[in-house]
Amino acid sequence: MKYVDEFRDPVLIGNVAREIRNTVDPARTYRIMEVCGGHTHSIYRHGLRDVLPANIELVHGPGCPVCVLPTGRVDDGLSIARHPGTILTCFGDMMRVPGTQGTPLELKAQGADIRMVYSPLDALRLAQENPDKNVCFFAIGFETTAPSTALTILRAQALGLRNFTIFSNHVTIVPAMRAILDSPDMRLDGFVGPGHVATITGCRPYEFIAAEYRKPVVVSGFEPLDILEGILMIVRQLHAGETKVENQYRRIVPFEGNPAALRALAQVFVLRPFFEWRGLGFISQSALAIRPELAAFDAEVQFELPGVRVTDPKAAQCGEVLKGVLKPAQCKLFGKECNPERPVGALMVSSEGACAAHYRYAARAQEQEHEQELEVSRGASGA
Amino acid sequence: MRFDDAHIEMAHGAGGKASRRLVEGLIAPAFANPALAALSDAAVTSFAGTRLATTADGYVVHPLRFNGGSIGELAVNGTVNDLAVSGARAHVLMATFILEAGMASSIVRAEVDAMAAAAKRAGVSIVGGDTKVVEHGKCDGMFITTFGVGEVDARAQLDPRSVKPGDCVLLSGPIGDHGITILLARGELELESEVSSDTRSVWPFVEALLATCPQSLRWMRDPTRGGVATSLNELVRECGLAIALREEDVPVNPQVRGACELLGLDPLHIANEGQFLAIVAANDAERALAAVRAVPGGERAALIGEVREKPVRTVLGVMPYGGTRAIDMLVGDPLPRIC
Repeated sequence: MKYVDEFRDPVLIGNVAREIRNTVDPARTYRIMEVCGGHTHSIYRHGLRDVLPANIELVHGPGCPVCVLPTGRVDDGLSIARHPGTILTCFGDMMRVPGTQGTPLELKAQGADIRMVYSPLDALRLAQENPDKNVCFFAIGFETTAPSTALTILRAQALGLRNFTIFSNHVTIVPAMRAILDSPDMRLDGFVGPGHVATITGCRPYEFIAAEYRKPVVVSGFEPLDILEGILMIVRQLHAGETKVENQYRRIVPFEGNPAALRALAQVFVLRPFFEWRGLGFISQSALAIRPELAAFDAEVQFELPGVRVTDPKAAQCGEVLKGVLKPAQCKLFGKECNPERPVGALMVSSEGACAAHYRYAARAQEQEHEQELEVSRGASGA
Repeated sequence: MRFDDAHIEMAHGAGGKASRRLVEGLIAPAFANPALAALSDAAVTSFAGTRLATTADGYVVHPLRFNGGSIGELAVNGTVNDLAVSGARAHVLMATFILEAGMASSIVRAEVDAMAAAAKRAGVSIVGGDTKVVEHGKCDGMFITTFGVGEVDARAQLDPRSVKPGDCVLLSGPIGDHGITILLARGELELESEVSSDTRSVWPFVEALLATCPQSLRWMRDPTRGGVATSLNELVRECGLAIALREEDVPVNPQVRGACELLGLDPLHIANEGQFLAIVAANDAERALAAVRAVPGGERAALIGEVREKPVRTVLGVMPYGGTRAIDMLVGDPLPRIC
């Protein structure tokens, strides 16, 4: 498949991996954070851990929109589905995210009209086809998905729709990266930068990381070769004593970003003064609200939402995992109370979440699960 | 295994982990008996000196017709295949129709004709059944249930516990065609493709294996809901071993691969209706492969992996450059009502 196979070529992957092994200094360690959930997923999916030297430690970053959405916001979204005559739409990733009263899938099984869509435009079409219903789109994501939400709102405005709203949970990546860099237990050496976010924002927003925090950033794509090349570029910067923002994903990412998308964002959204991130707490200027002049399309204005903040279960250590202080399997709940089918923390929900990726793709985690199953069945038969 | 879910969700019907919990945690314990305990595609019981395989399957696919097949054809092939991978040629089938008031009779006629044609191709007679009609809106057009019975071939000695490290995994052809066809046939995604369902009887392939190397044939399964990943995970749980899958050797049509890349699905989790997996002893693997490839429609069969001792109860994907990943059962439900 074009644009996929080239970047999964086994020979090239072997070559870059060898180059990394030959380049690293065995006397030191490299702690590199891949910012995006997409990177995390790809690293596990393609078994890249196995081809990297042991002294490169990959830390999974906050770039998974489902993972950083606090439970209270899930509850708010699901409360919309409880209004009579309402169709709530969301991306498939959201369907298994638990609120305090269950997941969207469970609510749907009980009769709520919740539908999975692949694009906010699908939700808009539903609104056109169902003029007697209120259709709401539960919007999540970073700058990657926010422009499509913005354009959908502008389209709804142009169409004069009166039965269509958006529940905006869009967040921006830079404040979260700054929060991680400011965290006292941060011990990172460099960043595999967010490739798809950068298609919109360009590379400039990450320059503060190189300038202020003296850490290399390499904006990278999501195929195995992209990620390995990004890691190699970071290692080379560290050895050269350089810190700069480099663009590995040049085939997709213009250094200056996508001005049309940025204009649409500015036209539709304003920065919220602060927003809660799961595991990271409140971060100022880190999320997008719909502008007051477009309030007709803003679910937060059109519906009365509970707006109750819900703290994570104490035992769940999502925050530590998100900041890279703990590895997924080091969390007390990992693989036990918290697993992909019954996630407690959001990192276990999305396929891009560090815990779900680790659970699904790490053979050791699978073995542990089977051992637990056997213990349970032995316990049951012994009783 | 315990089942303590408060409600039935679509995932309980998707063939993955939730389905397994429903069957093993809620249904099977109530009926517990030795023939049921195996929980395989068909129950094998002894009757008047013969080994009898019996199976039943319900069909609720939406839409009723799709590229390459329809609900009627699935209802015959699916049940024939559950018997085939148990080593039994289907002898007779029974069919139950649940029809919705208001549906055009022409649709029913078309499906009955499709069933007759599929039964003829598979060499099986439909000898009875039942019809029920429910109110409009209560069953999405029609549901079909088929029940099948066949005698287990005397040469077949299938048992997951006979699987040994070193054995090979044989797959009959490209995967994911059926699941992706249904997904696209719903028209909810603005994606179009030439892909069509692979629904067919797999008995001719099984027969070829039984004729070629019956003593080396250890286990078979048709990877329907939950796909190849789920079937192989069920096997490693039963035999307590591991399977290392060479992912680049798994045949996948480009349309299916493309759709899966776009939608974030794994072809190994997508349903098939005309493929089967077999575990064969390593020394007969090439002969077994040649036998399947010699049957029309089996040209793209492949050896896709091998059984290992470790990591226990795990299906491992092995990349040509040395990377590995665990391949889990299907979790949740990417594509509801595919068969």
